[in-house]
Amino acid sequence: MCLGVPLKVIEIKDDNVALVDMGGATIEISTIFTPEVKIGDYVIVHAGFSISILSQDEAEEVLEILEKS
Amino acid sequence: MKVKDFVERIKDISKKEINIMEFCGTHTHEIFRYGIREILPENIHLFSGPGCPVCVTAEEDIDYILFLSENYNFGIITFGDLINVPGSTGSLNYLRAKGKEVIVIYSPLEALNIAKKNKNKKYILVGIGFETTAPNFAYTLIKIKEENIPNLFFLSLHKLTPPAIKAILDMGEVKLDGIIGPGHVSTIIGRKGWEEVFNQYNIPFAITGFKPEEILYGIYLLVITIEEGKASLINAYKKSVKEEGNKKALDFIYKVFKKGPAKWRGFGIIDNSGLILKEEFEDIDIRKIYPVKIESKGNLLCKCGEVLRGVLKPPECPLYGRICTPENPKGPCMVSSEGTCSAYYIYGGNRWKR
Ligand code: SF4
Repeated sequence: MCLGVPLKVIEIKDDNVALVDMGGATIEISTIFTPEVKIGDYVIVHAGFSISILSQDEAEEVLEILEKS
Repeated sequence: MKVKDFVERIKDISKKEINIMEFCGTHTHEIFRYGIREILPENIHLFSGPGCPVCVTAEEDIDYILFLSENYNFGIITFGDLINVPGSTGSLNYLRAKGKEVIVIYSPLEALNIAKKNKNKKYILVGIGFETTAPNFAYTLIKIKEENIPNLFFLSLHKLTPPAIKAILDMGEVKLDGIIGPGHVSTIIGRKGWEEVFNQYNIPFAITGFKPEEILYGIYLLVITIEEGKASLINAYKKSVKEEGNKKALDFIYKVFKKGPAKWRGFGIIDNSGLILKEEFEDIDIRKIYPVKIESKGNLLCKCGEVLRGVLKPPECPLYGRICTPENPKGPCMVSSEGTCSAYYIYGGNRWKR
């Protein structure tokens, strides 16, 4: 139930609805909480709603910094 | 590579014996799936907290759903995880076996169409989950009102996470040195949502993502602060969690719900830890329509309460793995894939000692 997974937005429809790709299958989600979402964004989806739009991978970024230091 | 690097760094700096609790059931699951306990140095002990919403559902609440379905013929609409959670007289699956309607949904919005298509039936949408699912249900309830759907009612089993963490820290049954904060709950409530807990207990706290390198990154930052003898409230999942959280989602929650007491399995009643419907939603609030008090006795042999509080590890429960398995669960912690007992069983059997 709480497994929020990052999914890629492939289509934006009217009325705060978008289509995301889930391992080849297309599912419809509500984007009411992330209205600024664009095609190609990765979103965290929980029970049919996107709750955030993912920005760059921080753990990767930090590791790069650590490696250089 | 990334995982190995974090493990090496943790090994380099970690000297003290430390206890860290992950609150979130998804973290519990992922920690087992990637074998993170096994690759960490032996002085780091991970404890699982009560962060699985169906696992903390009280027997009374399941019994209440059964009572409503059996006596007033409501169809029940809810998430699949809740189906096998035992109350004291049975589960929703048992209702189904008796020919009652129990419909599993993925998104709460599906309930709108179910009710609209079956006007001659009446339904209860059972809302369950922490801050991550509450906004979805809030939005759905606003739609029920807007679209004037007369045969769809609502039962809130929604719970809030910071009060549960406070309860664990207050009980002090496990001496904790740090907490892995739930990444998706924090996406909604923001880093700010933890400030009150943090200021009160001053315990190192790292909001953490769910990929193995993200989990190890969170643990790494925790170990640094613990070794330095400091406490910080760290956001180690900035790519999803903002300082203020998701304001839109929070607004929806508090348009529809207000805080109130809630009963947690293993904890009893925790003040201000539940979300109850505001007065404007009384006409769809099933608790207002049928204010029945149900007294339930728990299953005395199931040690879920202790497991949820991090006091016992699942293999210490006498039923674990013999009588209670994911195929035939006796307690809620074995039912949900986010439950601690199920994570132990699926990924480790009896070999987990730490
Ligand atoms: S093993 Fe089963 S009976 Fe024992 S605590 Fe876990 S869920 Fe409860």
